[in-house]
Amino acid sequence: MTMKNLVSISALLASLTLLAGCPAKKPDVPPPPPTPTSDTTGVEDPNATVGDTDASMGPSGELLSKRIVYFEFDRADITADSQTVVNAHAAYLAKNPAQKVRLEGHADERGSREYNIGLGERRGQAVRRALALQGVAETQLTTVSYGEERPAAAGSDEQAYGANRRVEIVYLK
Amino acid sequence: MRKLATCLLLLSAAATPAWAQLRLTITEGVTDPIPIAVVPFSRAVPADGGLDVAEVIQRDLESTGRFKAMARNDMVFKPTTAAEVDSPGWKQQRVDYVVVGRVSAQADGQVRIDAELVNVLTGQRISGPYSVVAASKLRNGAHRVADVLYEKIIGVKGAFATRIAYVSVDGKPPAQRYELYVADADGANRVRILESRLPIMSPAWSPDGEWSAYVSFERRVSAIFVQHRQSGKKTMVSARAGINGAPSYSPDGKKLAITLSGSNGNLDIYLLELATNQLTRLTDDPGIDTEAVVARDGTVYFTSDRSGAPQIYRVTPGSTERPKRVTFTGNYNARPRISPDGKQLAMLTQAEGAYRIAIQDLANGAVQVLSKGRQEESPSFAPNGAMLIFAGRERGQGVLQTVSVDGQISARLDADAGEVREPVWGPFLP
Repeated sequence: MTMKNLVSISALLASLTLLAGCPAKKPDVPPPPPTPTSDTTGVEDPNATVGDTDASMGPSGELLSKRIVYFEFDRADITADSQTVVNAHAAYLAKNPAQKVRLEGHADERGSREYNIGLGERRGQAVRRALALQGVAETQLTTVSYGEERPAAAGSDEQAYGANRRVEIVYLK
Repeated sequence: MRKLATCLLLLSAAATPAWAQLRLTITEGVTDPIPIAVVPFSRAVPADGGLDVAEVIQRDLESTGRFKAMARNDMVFKPTTAAEVDSPGWKQQRVDYVVVGRVSAQADGQVRIDAELVNVLTGQRISGPYSVVAASKLRNGAHRVADVLYEKIIGVKGAFATRIAYVSVDGKPPAQRYELYVADADGANRVRILESRLPIMSPAWSPDGEWSAYVSFERRVSAIFVQHRQSGKKTMVSARAGINGAPSYSPDGKKLAITLSGSNGNLDIYLLELATNQLTRLTDDPGIDTEAVVARDGTVYFTSDRSGAPQIYRVTPGSTERPKRVTFTGNYNARPRISPDGKQLAMLTQAEGAYRIAIQDLANGAVQVLSKGRQEESPSFAPNGAMLIFAGRERGQGVLQTVSVDGQISARLDADAGEVREPVWGPFLP
C-alpha cells in the first residue's frame, strides 16, 4: 500500500538523517501554534470527559516535549522533520508499554468539513502506523479526527493553515 | 444583465418579540424586480401582539430579490379589500401588484389572516390566500400567506414558512464554544437546541421537520445524535469506534446515511436504520467516502477521493454495481446535495483557486458556479428548489448566504456576533 511505503520510506530517510547528525531546520516549517492546546487550557469543559489529560503529562526532553506533527497541504505523509519527533515518541512509548496516547488529527479550514474529518483521520492514522512500525503496541494508541473544527490558530492565511494541519500526540493518564 | 441592489432588510424589533439575530442583505438582485405594494392590513385583534403582518409579508417577498416594494409613505390610499383597490390609480404609480388584507380574531381565539392580490395591469383580483393560526404563531401565518402570494405571482411556492438550522461558533481557538440553532428561514425566532465546548457539526433535518440529526464531539470523540425539536429529547444513535459523521436522513425519515471509519480509519458510507439500529454498508474503498445524501429515488450520492481527489459518486443501495462517478469538472467536488425534483446536484467545487458553490445538471452534466467568494461551503437546497443556502466568509467571519439556483440573486444573513456556518434548510411544514 502506498501509504505504508511512504511511511516506511520517510522513516528510513529520517533514520538516515538522524545518523547524519541533527537535521537542518527547513525555513518554511510552520510555526508552532500557541501552546498549550485546548486539552490543557484548564477551561472548564462541562461536556467533555475531563481529567484524562494534562499539560504536564508525558515525558519531557527536547524532542519528547514536542507533541505536534505538522503536515503539508492535502498530505498525510510524515515529513523528515516531523519524523524525528515521531521517532522520539515511538522509542519512549515502546519502552513504556503502559502509557497510552491519543492521536488527534486536524485539517486546515479549506474545503468541505466532513471531508476534512477524513483528512485529519488519515493523518492520525499515518502517525499511528509510524509509531506501530517502531514497536509501539496498538493497544497504546487511539485516534480521533477533529477535521477543521478545532483550529490551533485563527486566520485564513498560510501561517494559520500550516499550524492547523497537524496531529497532536496527547499523553493520557 | 444584473445590477447590484443594495436593499437592507433589517428584521425590526417591532416585527417579532422573539428577537432575530440574523440580518438579511440582498447583495445581488434581478435588474427589473416586480413593483408591488403591500398595503398595511386592517387589524381588529388585540391578540395579534402588535405584529405588522403586511410588513412580514413585504419583507419575505423582498428577501427573494424579485420584488421592489412601494414605501408606505408613497401610498395615496390604503385599501384593505380588493374591491377598494383602484387599479388605474396604482398603475399610474407604476405598481404591478397590490396586496391588501385583514387580520381578525376567530370565535375559537385563533387569528385569521385574509389577503387578496390584485394585478393592477389586468385588474384581476386573486382573493384567497388566508391563514388561520394561534395568536402566538401569527408570524408563521404571515409567512404562509407570503408563500402563496409568491406562488401566485412567480409560479413556484415560496419557502418563507420554513426553518433553517445552523451552527454558531464563538470565541478564539482553542477555547471555542459551539451552538446549534434552529430559526425561521428569515433568521427570526431562533432557538438554541444544543451547546458544547467541543465541536458540533453536520446538522441535518428529518423530512417531517420534527427531528435534527448532528455530530457532536461532546464525548471527545465523534458521535451521531438525533434530537426531537419540540421536546428536546436527544438520542445517541451511533458512537462506534472511529469516525461517526455526516448524517443525512433518507426521504422516508427511517434511515440515516452516515460515515463510519472503524478503528482502522477507513471512511465508508453506511445506512443506519433508526428503529432497529441495523447497519448496511454501501461503500468499501480505501479512500475517504463521506457526505452521503439519499435522493428521493433512493440513490445515494457521496464524496470520495478514490480517484485521488474528492469527487461526487453515486451508488444504488441493494445493487451490486460499483459506485459511478458523477462529477468530472475540476479537481475538487464535495458535499453533494440533490434538488427536491432530483434533477440538480449542488456541491462545493474548487474554481479559480477558491472554494465555491456550484450546481450540476444531472441529465447533461453542465456545471454552473453560483457563488463568488473565496471560501464557501455547505450548500443546502430550499424545499422549493429555487434557492440554496450556504456558508461563506465576510471579513474573516463565517456568514450565511443564499443564492438563487440560476445564480441571479444573492443575499447574506449576518450574525450579530460570532461565526455562523453549516446552514441546512428544513422541509415544508404541514
